[in-house]
Amino acid sequence: MDEIDRRIINTLQEGFPIYDAPYQQVALQVGLIEQALIDRLKALLENGTLSRFGPLYHAELMGGALTLAAVKAPPERFDEITTIVNAFPEVAHNYARNHELNMWFVIATETSEQIQHTITAIEQQTGLTVYNMPKIKEYFVGLKLEA
Amino acid sequence: MNTLDETDLAIMRATQAGLPLTPQPYQDIAEKLGLMAEDVMARMAAMQEQGIIRRIGAVPNHYKLGYRFNGMTVWNVPDESIDELGQKVGLLTFVSHCYQRPRHLPEWPYNLFAMVHGKSQEDVDSQIQQIADLLGDYNQGCDVLYSTNILKKTGFRSRTKTKNYKIAT
Repeated sequence: MDEIDRRIINTLQEGFPIYDAPYQQVALQVGLIEQALIDRLKALLENGTLSRFGPLYHAELMGGALTLAAVKAPPERFDEITTIVNAFPEVAHNYARNHELNMWFVIATETSEQIQHTITAIEQQTGLTVYNMPKIKEYFVGLKLEA
Repeated sequence: MNTLDETDLAIMRATQAGLPLTPQPYQDIAEKLGLMAEDVMARMAAMQEQGIIRRIGAVPNHYKLGYRFNGMTVWNVPDESIDELGQKVGLLTFVSHCYQRPRHLPEWPYNLFAMVHGKSQEDVDSQIQQIADLLGDYNQGCDVLYSTNILKKTGFRSRTKTKNYKIAT
């Protein structure tokens, strides 16, 4: 990653134009020609520096349901619990965290009833209590990480 | 609130994995869906206006940019003040997400969640201190949970790809 990549990452976190030739417009901003910008963007996605590029949709406003949930996985069963939880297609993200509640995952479904079904199924398959922590209110979402 | 029609949903499905990396990406989406590029652009602009599209842009991998310290800070604050406090915490530049979530008493007394990101433990410690200073006497207890491993990460709707990778922190 060089200075130009950093400029691309920082610029593209600010937004992207809805315009016939948007890369051309952004290329001017970062001092590249259009194809060079596209090539660098491809490379940044391929090497994982960028995890996504495109529109970020607001899941709930699209009619989907979302929750954050956690379990206390006993250390000796951690891998087994990971396998069970990850096998659910409804589980979008799963993170290990340094707490007694040591596994935190996001469940994303089409309806809120399906959230409850998924939680019940995870409880049945793991024998653990799932702590459901759906968002009550959103105060802020968004961040620019300077490259 | 939900004013999406079938065409909007088709655009959403066509773009949720990403925007085409081609000179005329909206034109390409339009061709794929049998629409006019102007229509795709107008609908996407409208979705952005309504907040259905939060933004169009790049999402960097925190770790790849050196932000290896990603802390979920959780706070116990009085319910009657949480909206005001949550908005203030959300305005801090290093906070990426700030939410109110339910407590699970007695073991989980925390109702305010704020994700913070730093390149060093010192960065994050200073960020946590800034939140604590801002909350002042309203802070009735807090904890910070760091991610030690990504066990699964997929897009929300395209549920086919699963990546497992270890991150040393």
